[in-house]
Amino acid sequence: MKPTHLEIQRMLTDSQWREQLFKMTALVMLSIALLTLAVLLIDAFVDGVGRLRWSFLTNFPSRKPEQAGILSALVGTVYMMILTGLFAFPVGVGAAIYLEEYAKHHWFSRIIELNIANLAGVPSIIYGLLGLEVFVRAMGFDRSLLSGSLTMALLVLPIIIISSREAIRTVSPSIREASYALGASRWQTIRNQVLPLAFPGILTGSILAFSRAIGEAAPLITIGALTYIAFLPDSLLAPFTALPIQIFNWVSRPQKGFHANAAAAIIVLLVVLILMNALAVYLRQRYQKRLSL
Amino acid sequence: MSFKPVKKSRVGEGMIHIVLFLCGILSVFTTLGIVAVLIIETYEFFREVSIFEFLTDTQWTPLFADKHFGILPLVSGTFLTSFIAILVAMPIGLLSAIYLSEYASQNIRKTIKPILEILAGIPTVVYGYFALLFVTPLLQVFIPSLSGFNALGPGIVMGMMIIPMVSSLSEDAMYAVPQSLREGAYALGSSKLQVALRVVFPAAFSGIAASLLLAVSRAIGETMIVAIASGQQPRLTLNPLVAVETMTAYIVQVSLGDTPTGTIEFKTIFAVGMMLFISTLILNLLSQWLRERFREQYE
Amino acid sequence: MIMGDKKNGSVAFEIKDLNCWYGNRQALQKISLSISEKQITAIIGPSGCGKSTFIRCLNRINDLIAGFRTSGQVLFKGQDIYDRAMDPIEIRFRIGMGFQKPNPFPKSIYDNVAYGPRLWGVRKGTELDGIVEQSLKKAVLWDEVKDKLHDSALALSGGQQQRLCIARALAVEPEVLLLDEPCSALDPIATARIEELLLGLKKNYTIVIVTHNMQQAARVSDFTGFFLLGDLIEFGETKQLFTYPRDRRTEDYITGRFG
Repeated sequence: MKPTHLEIQRMLTDSQWREQLFKMTALVMLSIALLTLAVLLIDAFVDGVGRLRWSFLTNFPSRKPEQAGILSALVGTVYMMILTGLFAFPVGVGAAIYLEEYAKHHWFSRIIELNIANLAGVPSIIYGLLGLEVFVRAMGFDRSLLSGSLTMALLVLPIIIISSREAIRTVSPSIREASYALGASRWQTIRNQVLPLAFPGILTGSILAFSRAIGEAAPLITIGALTYIAFLPDSLLAPFTALPIQIFNWVSRPQKGFHANAAAAIIVLLVVLILMNALAVYLRQRYQKRLSL
Repeated sequence: MSFKPVKKSRVGEGMIHIVLFLCGILSVFTTLGIVAVLIIETYEFFREVSIFEFLTDTQWTPLFADKHFGILPLVSGTFLTSFIAILVAMPIGLLSAIYLSEYASQNIRKTIKPILEILAGIPTVVYGYFALLFVTPLLQVFIPSLSGFNALGPGIVMGMMIIPMVSSLSEDAMYAVPQSLREGAYALGSSKLQVALRVVFPAAFSGIAASLLLAVSRAIGETMIVAIASGQQPRLTLNPLVAVETMTAYIVQVSLGDTPTGTIEFKTIFAVGMMLFISTLILNLLSQWLRERFREQYE
Repeated sequence: MIMGDKKNGSVAFEIKDLNCWYGNRQALQKISLSISEKQITAIIGPSGCGKSTFIRCLNRINDLIAGFRTSGQVLFKGQDIYDRAMDPIEIRFRIGMGFQKPNPFPKSIYDNVAYGPRLWGVRKGTELDGIVEQSLKKAVLWDEVKDKLHDSALALSGGQQQRLCIARALAVEPEVLLLDEPCSALDPIATARIEELLLGLKKNYTIVIVTHNMQQAARVSDFTGFFLLGDLIEFGETKQLFTYPRDRRTEDYITGRFG
């Protein structure tokens, strides 16, 4: 029945050996993941750093890899992010305010919540199909900057709503109660008490949402962002391209020269992402310091 | 006990309420839009192609002269790449999660978790580049018969991309298991490994399963990695060494071409899109249901 | 401090100058006492006096808490369980524990009780069945659950869950049962059943029970120790301590002047 003292000793040594094996395996697994990340970054850097010079940023794409640059793609990305932000940020924060402050325990709010959770899991290319039908064709915006930004706005909306809601939720209810007790209306309370406190969280969440959007190519390809654009978009309805699409275009070419270009563009994209994320972290820390005075 | 707000300027407050309500409702319209677009175009598609052919034909050649509309090759491409991805992500993700949750100190957790999250934040075109121009050539050293476009390379890279999904969510699930359960197990003479594998892991199982389903859904919906590195040859196969085409890559392929709108070839992207949407929707709903069940256990 | 009466049989635990700290905060000061075998020893005292900490030192379950340290000796049947060469796992095979809030695993009743034996590699169905049945009988739970052994343990009532946890601990065949306020989450009827159970178990097991319910200590235990702010104030035969307490503070606590 119950093991003897010797058997127990043997069990214990066996078990200690198994623990060590497990810890080793888990650490190896973790290292594989981290190592792959490192290799990826180094590979892109090594391949692309040779192409990085000022002309790379200021040239248009060309048939000759050495002369090709990312100007149109970079500008396209910037314009698109600004427009996407203009559409998505107010609507996203507005929806979050509505769900948290106006309809919190309503059954309706629960449906919207479920809905948003689902939308966050829909593959991005489906948003492309939606944008294609609704913006490009039905509304006639054609394959333009406007269609692209509206599509991307729909894509990031669920993320902005979710993170803004979390930020609003961290505001303690006692602050709202105090405001109401002083006679303030609901909107006054939101505008003067809740939003300022939730703002850092909302901002960081949105920046992170946009940093995801910057790297998206699939929905833009579907709505028809072209892969070879040698001019800058001059209006909302002009055709455009974006950095990830330019990368995709160059990677898909057989010539090695273009691969180097792709790697260089990847470096630029990653730098932009690092800056955005760093900005988000910095802002969060700065506001947290202010608020914890 | 909550205070009700005083209604100050009724008109102003009312308008604000309406504006915010519209913002909230937009997300519903997005979903309705997606569903409507897919249903309408798929309906149009199935007026010309029979559902039976769509689901059973083993060839997908809508862009060729001899047109076949069997989706199975695209499904097998998606399945193959996603399967490889999950084969990579599951052991790495789960072991990392167990280690971080049950073994690692707070300091290690705090440093490693954000680094793992970076894996999830890398743009997929970058992964595509890596799969095509680094991983595949590397694999070709060991597997000479590996073709330039294949399912193995992008599958492995996709697996790397979804690791944080598996590890973070599984770890959260394990973290939520109350300490009292662990103490009970230790008090019976369990080793740390036994506590982790026999008590914590099973207790967190529905949360862990939810994370795996979500990761699979993400792999299925992934576009750029496979568009760049898997190829454009729809092929009904389970061989990871040859070029295939996934559902997502097909949609990209057509979008890049000059297929005129309104044609049957054009409508195929919506039929494929519908298939994609339904599969990810089912997985997401299942995942949410499992997560609800898990939350109920540990309220 | 005052030692237990060794005349009533051998000693299970001999605790000598036990101190312990959670980080920088000292929780127990120079505790010394003896716990007799096959007797019920109760540990009483107001909240925060260290009684839970004390009992958790006896099976080294406090080791799980980061920053916890001890000094002094805890001799179990002559061996210091805090000796560097001692594996806590081995200790816990001999010293079992029941917790304040019942903590059955989210598994079936059967799998809960079988957990311990399975750790040793007992696999044979019939052997396991036997152990499970015996343990549930010892915990006076068998009749209530014998037809639903494979139902979830979480479907049981609080009192049943607590008896299940005791059965689970007994399945490992310990020599000692440590119980940390086993009845505080239970209603009076369930409490009475557990107390009855303990009186029955005493024949074969050494039992140490922490309780904030003085009447329970008086009803059930043979020896009682009174803790206050990390010190052991008084220790002796229960009858003696409750009728003629030697220390003023003990008397105050027992008569309800504080705590």
